[in-house]
Amino acid sequence: MSVTAHVITRIGDFAIDAQLEARPGETVALLGPNGAGKSTVLKAIAGLVPIEDGCIRIDSTPVDEPASGTFIPPEHRRIGMVFQDYLLFPHMTVRQNIAFGRKSLKMPTDKDNDDDTWIHALDLADLLDRKPDQLSGGQAQRVALARALATNPRALLLDEPLAALDAATKQSVRGELRQFLQRFEHGSVLVTHDPLDALVLADRIVVLEDGRVTQVGPTAEVASQPRTDYLAALLGVTLHRGVATDGAIACETGGTLIASTSITGSVIAVVRPQAISLHTHKPEGSARNVWQTTVTAVDAHHDQMHVTLAGPPQLTAAVTPAAVAELGIAPGQQIWASLKATDIAVHPA
Amino acid sequence: MSKATTRTTTPAPRLLIALAMLALAFLLLPLIGLLLETPWTQLPALLTSTTATEALRLSIVTSLLAAAVATILGVPLAWVLARKEFTGQRLVRGIVLLPLVLPPVVGGVTLLTAFGRRGLVGQYLYDWFGIQLPFSTAGVVMAEAFVAMPFLVITVEGALRNIDTRYEQAARTLGASPRTVLFRITLPMISASLLAGIVLAWARALGEFGATITFAGNFPGVTQTLPLAVYSALEVSRDEAIALSLVLLAVSLTVLVSLRGRFLGSRS
Repeated sequence: MSVTAHVITRIGDFAIDAQLEARPGETVALLGPNGAGKSTVLKAIAGLVPIEDGCIRIDSTPVDEPASGTFIPPEHRRIGMVFQDYLLFPHMTVRQNIAFGRKSLKMPTDKDNDDDTWIHALDLADLLDRKPDQLSGGQAQRVALARALATNPRALLLDEPLAALDAATKQSVRGELRQFLQRFEHGSVLVTHDPLDALVLADRIVVLEDGRVTQVGPTAEVASQPRTDYLAALLGVTLHRGVATDGAIACETGGTLIASTSITGSVIAVVRPQAISLHTHKPEGSARNVWQTTVTAVDAHHDQMHVTLAGPPQLTAAVTPAAVAELGIAPGQQIWASLKATDIAVHPA
Repeated sequence: MSKATTRTTTPAPRLLIALAMLALAFLLLPLIGLLLETPWTQLPALLTSTTATEALRLSIVTSLLAAAVATILGVPLAWVLARKEFTGQRLVRGIVLLPLVLPPVVGGVTLLTAFGRRGLVGQYLYDWFGIQLPFSTAGVVMAEAFVAMPFLVITVEGALRNIDTRYEQAARTLGASPRTVLFRITLPMISASLLAGIVLAWARALGEFGATITFAGNFPGVTQTLPLAVYSALEVSRDEAIALSLVLLAVSLTVLVSLRGRFLGSRS
C-alpha cells in the first residue's frame, strides 16, 4: 500500500511543513541534516506524534487528518517501524520480541505464519532464544526488521536504520537491507542523514531542511542535480547559481563560467572540486575556463586539500597534499585555475 | 562493586579513618548488645507465647496488605507523576513525600482527623456504613500504607523517569494498546525497581510504630503489631522485648541482603 503524508506541525518554535509519498513497493529516503525534522515526520506517520494540520493517508484512507478530526492511534495503523537503535525489548528473547506484535494484535502465532517466514528470510532461526544484549548490531537490525514485519504492516518506516552500526557492518547490512526493500510490496520511508544510505536504498529522495522539503526526485536525478548547498556539500560538489546564455553562465556571486550546455535562463551549475586544476603560470591547453585569482584558505578534507579561491567566480578546488606542497599554495597567493566546460553540470534552477 | 575494581585515591587522613570506625561502632554496638542480651535458651518459649505469635501474625498480615495497598495505589500515582505534566505537580509530589519526613505520630493524628469517627471522611463511613477504621486491624493497614507508600512511589517514579519511553512507542507501532504497553513493556522494564519499592514499602510497614499506635491503638490480637508488642513488653519483660526485637532485626537483615543482591544482579 502507499503512504501519503503532508505533515504540518511545530515543536516549540520549530515549524515543520513537509509532503512526501511512498508508492507501493517504493522506498523513499527522507534525507536531511540533524534537526531538520525528519524523525518527527516519521513519528507523525507512525502516529506517535499527532500533526497539527495536513493529512496522513494509507492508500486513500486518512489515519491522521486534523481537519476532519481523524486520528488513528499507532496501535491501529498497522505501520511497521524500525527505530534508530532498534529498541528491542530487553526483557524478552528474540522470539518474544518478534511475536510481540502478533500477540498484541491477537493474530494467530502458530507455526506457518508470517513471523516464521521472516525468521527464515532474515536468517534468525539460530538467534531466537537470545536476549537483545547478546546480539551484534547487524543481528539486532534484522530482528528489529522481523519484529516490524511480523504483523504484516501496510507500510514500513525506517529511522536511521544503519546509524547504530560500525562502518564494516554498515556496508553489508546496507546491502541486505537493499535486497529486502526491493522485495517489500508496500511503501517504505527511510530517514537518514547519510547520502550513501539514500543513494543505495531509495528509489526516490525527499530532501528535508529546516522543516521544509527543498528537493524531491528520483535518486539518480537528485544525486546528479543537487539544488541546495546542503545536498551539494553532502555529495561533495559545489553549486553555482546564475543565468546562462549560449553556454556562458553569469554567476550570482560574480564571474562567468563557460559550460557545454544549451540551457538558457536561470541555472544551477554543479562543479566537482576535483575537476579544478591549479597552476603557478597561465596554463596552456583546451580548458575553456582559465582565470587568475587569490587563494583565501587551504583546509584539509580527508585525504585532500580544499583550496578556496576568491574569484570571481568563487570556487573551491580539491587537490592532493603533494600538489599543495609542489605549488607552494598558501592563503593570499595569486594562482591560475582552470576548469573544462564539460566538467560543469548544468541544470535549470 | 566487583573485587577487580581497584581505585587509586589520595591516602585517607587518619582522622577520617578514626571517625569512620567510630561511626561503624555506633551502628554495630547496639546490634551486638542485643545479641549478647538475648536469652537464647528461653527464646523458643518467648517467641511462641500468645502475645508474640499474635503480634507476629498481625505484623505479617498487615504489612503485606499495606505493601499491596501501597503498590496498587502507588504505582499509578508514580506513573502520573513521572509521565504527566499538570499544574500543581510540585505540590502533589510534596504531599506524596510528606509521610517520609512527617513524624509518624503526626501521621497518625492526621489519619484520625480524616478517618476517625468524627473525621472528615470517617464520620460518613460510620454514619452511613457503620465502618469504623481507627482501632481496627484495617486501621493498622491504613497507618502502615500511609507511611510506606512514599517509598514505593519515589522508587517507581524514578525508574519510570529513567527508562527510555521509545520502547513504549515501539510497542505501540507493533499494535500494543496503552494497557498492553503498561503490563508487557513498562512494568517488566522497571521490575527490579518495582520489586525494590515493594520490599522497601513492606519493610517500612513492618516496622511502623507511631502512626499505628496513634491511629489504631495497641490492642493485642487486633492492632498490636510486633513493634508495638516490643514497646509494651519493655515495661513488663525485658527478655520478651529483646526476643521480639531479634525477630524484627532478622527480618530487616534478610530484606537488606536480598535487596542488595537484587540491585547488583540487575546492574551486572
